[in-house]
Amino acid sequence: MGKHAKMAALLSVLFMGIGQLYNKQIIKGIIFILTEILALYLMVTMLIEKIYGLITLGSVPTHLEKVGRVYVNIPGDHSIFMLLEGLISLIILLLFISMYVSNIKDAYKNGQLREKGLNAPNFHNTIRNINDNSFPYAMLFIPGLGILLFTIVPIIFMIFLAFTNYTAPNHIPPKSLVDWVGLSTFKDLLFLKQWKNTIIGVSMWTIVWAVLSTFTCYLGGILVALLIQQKRIKFKVMWRMIYIIPYAIPQFISLLVMRNMLNYQFGPINQYLRYFGLGGLPWLNDPFWAKVTIIIVNMWIGIPSSMLLTIGLLGNIPKDLYEAADVDGASKFAKFRSITLPYILFATAPLLIMSFAFNINNFNVIYLLTEGLPANGDYVFAGSTDLLVTWLYKLALDNQRYNIASAVGLIVFILIASLSIYNFRRTKSYKEEDMVQ
Amino acid sequence: MRKGNISLTLSYLMLIILAIGFLYPAIWVVMSSLRVGDSLFSDSLIPKQLTFIHYRDLFIEQSDKQVFFMRWFWNTLKIATTSMVLGTFIQILTAYSISRFRFYGRKTIMSLILILGMFPGFMSMIAIYIILLQLNLLNTPYALILVYTAGAALHMFVAKGFFDTIPHSLAESAQLDGASHMDVFMKIMLPLSKPMITYISLTTFTGAWVDFIFARLILRSRENWTLAVGLYELVNSYSSTEFTLFAAGAVLSSIPIAILFLFLQRFLIEGITAGANKG
Repeated sequence: MGKHAKMAALLSVLFMGIGQLYNKQIIKGIIFILTEILALYLMVTMLIEKIYGLITLGSVPTHLEKVGRVYVNIPGDHSIFMLLEGLISLIILLLFISMYVSNIKDAYKNGQLREKGLNAPNFHNTIRNINDNSFPYAMLFIPGLGILLFTIVPIIFMIFLAFTNYTAPNHIPPKSLVDWVGLSTFKDLLFLKQWKNTIIGVSMWTIVWAVLSTFTCYLGGILVALLIQQKRIKFKVMWRMIYIIPYAIPQFISLLVMRNMLNYQFGPINQYLRYFGLGGLPWLNDPFWAKVTIIIVNMWIGIPSSMLLTIGLLGNIPKDLYEAADVDGASKFAKFRSITLPYILFATAPLLIMSFAFNINNFNVIYLLTEGLPANGDYVFAGSTDLLVTWLYKLALDNQRYNIASAVGLIVFILIASLSIYNFRRTKSYKEEDMVQ
Repeated sequence: MRKGNISLTLSYLMLIILAIGFLYPAIWVVMSSLRVGDSLFSDSLIPKQLTFIHYRDLFIEQSDKQVFFMRWFWNTLKIATTSMVLGTFIQILTAYSISRFRFYGRKTIMSLILILGMFPGFMSMIAIYIILLQLNLLNTPYALILVYTAGAALHMFVAKGFFDTIPHSLAESAQLDGASHMDVFMKIMLPLSKPMITYISLTTFTGAWVDFIFARLILRSRENWTLAVGLYELVNSYSSTEFTLFAAGAVLSSIPIAILFLFLQRFLIEGITAGANKG
């Protein structure tokens, strides 16, 4: 006795499932054995080849070959499909490896049980255990698969692309091959004069935009809410209904409407300005004014939700705080400064960072309102009001500069991820969630 | 006293100015949709002559302009409804599992969800495009539904915060009586979370209804478009020459969402506030 654990583990190292058979867990053992057979089969027929393809990204480009008397176009390797298939194969392989490891652990654990003179649980019991302990895993399986395939794989794929030369005009499959090029995309982006100008300019505007749009909406919302909730204001519900209207209109509609409303020649706003003898403003046609316009339009869209939030929070402030302040003879302003404001700021601080991150990626406002225009001669494939994300979109979809687009995406990703980790570490739901109960 | 009155008057003045600012674009687009002619330019806000012809035009497919408004509307409704059902289900499921159970890897999953949730799906659209191409789903509504649903779990934090506040004892006593985890979820938790479900359904429905980026990326042929893509193209390709038609389309596309929002306001406010409180 006393050797069951090591023996079982060793057997499971040799071949998945043998250790379980040794522990007399027949059905579980057979399932593990079948898994390994499947894994080996897939590896031989597919996985190895695909993963090798991920390394080489193909070696035969599409070319002409002489068949008989005529030249025929022979399709070559499609590097990008190979990249994606290789990536998915790699993930499948990792899943198999993790199953292999858990198979060894399982054999060892049940071997220990046997050393103590107990029987390893039979299949029926295992199923019941799974039902009790693995319920969350079962529930999370489908959402997890969705996130894996449509969020995680694309992100890794994008990171990979940043290290290739997948770009127009010379490296677009199936016509030609794509290769790994290491850091040269990043070098171009950061040191080639035109790219450097663009990325610095666009990044600066992205940050300025994110800061301004977040604060204008946030403060604007608080101010409007406080304005409505003053004691002596009548028809509170009516005012609130009016101010919610922008929130209830689909954003793309508001933006497209605004774009027409602010049209330089025919838009009604300039018409009014001209009527009063003021020349029309180039709302969307001048680099500076376009930026101002975007922020104002964004306030129109963003203030209502921030106002709703503040109104909700105002109702949550404990009344006794104000009563205590009244007893102490505090002025209206003092109550506002020391009770209302700190309460609102404290409650909304995490949201502020969230909306900052959201605004960095606020594609719709820019793309639907200005499409990044007016044009800017110093930039490559970007206009004066382009954010990093809209620039990325243009790089990839309009100009097929996929590697540069991916490198830009990677930069945004790092920016957002660090913000969100910072935010997450300080939220209540992470630190003290079990204290609620 | 006089000082108080001045500030009150100022407040009302502010409220009125703001109200004009908030309402003007909406009123303008409604008025434009009722105007005779098709240009952006107009002499006055309220047209001298009202007409419903642009609304009629939306429902008749004209050969010279390819505006399939009915189809776009129907496509959007189909996609938004299906995504809402599937997305809400997945979101609730994820939130419940993470709120209720303490399992190995839970904190990691939570951090992952938080980070990925802040990272917009469309940034890696090149990969999504190629994946959908491989799955042979490009240019179909299923692709959009798949993309929206696959990301649904990433927005589960509000719902998780909600489940956190339901006492454990409720589930435990049911389990003592022999209820399984699934029973507890279906028979106790779901009925209790109606406000939360309403909020999530509303946000996923509108999310799909207004999405522009994925719809534009995935839906290639005109008759498969959704409203967002269709109206964008209408503005882009005809710009100021078909403006009144666009205005009518814009009004019709906004109405369903506006009605939902105004009627379900209470749930929205609760949801937003819960999101702030629970972080």
